[in-house]
Amino acid sequence: MNMGKSLFQKVWDAHTVGTLADGRTQLFIGTHLIHEVTSPQAFGMLRDLGLTVKFPQRTFATIDHIVPTINQDQPADPLAAEMIDAIRKNCDDFGVTYFDLASGKQGVVHVVGPEQGITQPGTTIACGDSHTATHGAFGAIAFGIGTTQVRDILASQTLAVEPLKVRRIEVNGDLRPGVYAKDVILHIIRLLGAKGGIGYAYEYAGDVFERMSMEERMTVCNMSIEGGARCGYVNPDAKTIAYLQGRPYVDMSDFEATATRWLSFASDADAVFDDIVKIKAGDIEPTVTWGISPDHGISISENIPDPATAANAGEKASIDEALAYMKLAAGTPIKGVKIDVAFIGSCTNGRISDFREVAKYIQGHKVAAGVQAIVVPGSQVVAIQAEQEGLPEIFRAAGFEWRGAGCSMCLAMNPDKLVGDQLCASSSNRNFKGRQGSPTGRTVLMSPVMVAAAAINGHISDARDLFGIEETAAVA
Amino acid sequence: MALDPVKQVSGHAVFIPGADIDTDRIIPARFMKCVTFDGLGEFAFYDVRYDSETGAKTNHPLNDERFADASILIAGQNFGCGSSREHAPQSLRKYGFNGVIAESFAEIFFGNSTGLAMPCVMADAAGITALQAEVEGNPKTEITIDLETMRVLSTGGLTIPVTMPDSAREALISGRWDPIQELLDNNDAIEKKAVELHYV
Repeated sequence: MNMGKSLFQKVWDAHTVGTLADGRTQLFIGTHLIHEVTSPQAFGMLRDLGLTVKFPQRTFATIDHIVPTINQDQPADPLAAEMIDAIRKNCDDFGVTYFDLASGKQGVVHVVGPEQGITQPGTTIACGDSHTATHGAFGAIAFGIGTTQVRDILASQTLAVEPLKVRRIEVNGDLRPGVYAKDVILHIIRLLGAKGGIGYAYEYAGDVFERMSMEERMTVCNMSIEGGARCGYVNPDAKTIAYLQGRPYVDMSDFEATATRWLSFASDADAVFDDIVKIKAGDIEPTVTWGISPDHGISISENIPDPATAANAGEKASIDEALAYMKLAAGTPIKGVKIDVAFIGSCTNGRISDFREVAKYIQGHKVAAGVQAIVVPGSQVVAIQAEQEGLPEIFRAAGFEWRGAGCSMCLAMNPDKLVGDQLCASSSNRNFKGRQGSPTGRTVLMSPVMVAAAAINGHISDARDLFGIEETAAVA
Repeated sequence: MALDPVKQVSGHAVFIPGADIDTDRIIPARFMKCVTFDGLGEFAFYDVRYDSETGAKTNHPLNDERFADASILIAGQNFGCGSSREHAPQSLRKYGFNGVIAESFAEIFFGNSTGLAMPCVMADAAGITALQAEVEGNPKTEITIDLETMRVLSTGGLTIPVTMPDSAREALISGRWDPIQELLDNNDAIEKKAVELHYV
């Protein structure tokens, strides 16, 4: 009897070109996304080897990492200007589609791919960026690669890769009010650890993910890599189809057949998984990080861990190092920790639904004195949509700066950086040492609504209290 | 494209403590504003090697004169996690490292390193502790990563079993760590697959 297959296995099998001499799979990468930071060297290697781009129509480029969010087209940094020139020239020379600033489609590559309909179910997607896992929200096998592998795809549209095991993470039940997709993934990473996913693809399943919008699914899949999993996905369903229908790069000529094919990639009911983890939705609280690894998460009502209660010497050393860097006191509440900067944006939480949700709550409030709060749409398309809905005015009235599209303060390769040991409440994905541009800068990860609450109070807060987000009787 | 097989790498070693050392730590993002990988070596671990305010050297192991000529890096769990930036292994390679021994590696970093002929092998916690003790006790001890026997040896007499995925080991010892030629050689199969896939 044939055993059922997971989506991972189906997509992998459909894209396998062959087995290489060292045993690795030669995998066809149907969709390749590139940006300005990890691609110039790849084009350089291509030229050095006298190679060309095999399927130029299957690579899509944009600029996001180093683009300023004020006066986007005028980077003051000559190195940034050089990198933008390089990607333009490389795309021109090799015939690659390039969404530049004038296109109205530029933005964070993981926001652009889905909104253009380039990201599709049952496909393989790679990009020289670890947050490529985002595209798994559509039932694609999507993962980050290095620059030499960018060269491999440009030249051959294939990669030498090892298959992954699949861990199904089921979250069932009802999320409590004020608990968002970001909290779900921070909770998962807290439970399974920053290295828990090494060797695995994560399949997110259960009614919580089924009920999520496509944008919420993207938030979850985006941070698979923070849990150590190179890719994560949600099985395609009616929501996936509805989201993609009519998008610019979706072939609408026989959409019904296309949709049927897409849905056929979903994991079979009798698929066998290498591991299954079950989580109760009701256990998830608004979650924030307190340390320097994404698995340093606690619920907003908990205290910062105490190294004295660590399970072993390794854990104690890790807590000590994190607390010393974060300048936080062991055993004290995370709630009330003063912030200097608030950042809402990034490939994790820079989509229209993120800004709509925050805008629902901030009217009538003001960002606290001494806090710089910046809001960065994930793409020009998101920015235009937000303008049509009047969102920038709402943010500005509450004291937030509304900026142009890009990665911005998620990794601070543009002018948006922390200064000194500033502490940032951030809707981004990484709280590594120095991540937000200052070698001593501090990051506390949380959902966009929690960032807004921190910005308004001037300290880390429970958004449910500030905004009156209440438990309903049905949930108790 | 004939490549040099990588069967053994040897040299003095340095231990860098801590779990989950991410690629932002290995090469801070601001040093990625470049269109070539040249010159990244001097920026490896920059923000933990230099005080951000005074510019003074910290007590990071890479600033310790005793380990100045280290070419083998020894680390803990989940080394190279986070960003996919190949700039991280490129900076280590250009700094002078030829191999890494750790308890575990993040996968993208591992793959990038293999592609640069820099073997990454895994030892258990006890093995890492033993290596740390020997290297710190005698920085001039010679450490060898032997991919044929999958052992790390030291001139001080340590023999530590190590692991790595078979495919990476095979790619390194047979001189196929850069797969580009083999990928291109399968052009017919690639074109057949492209026709088969509806969306390509």
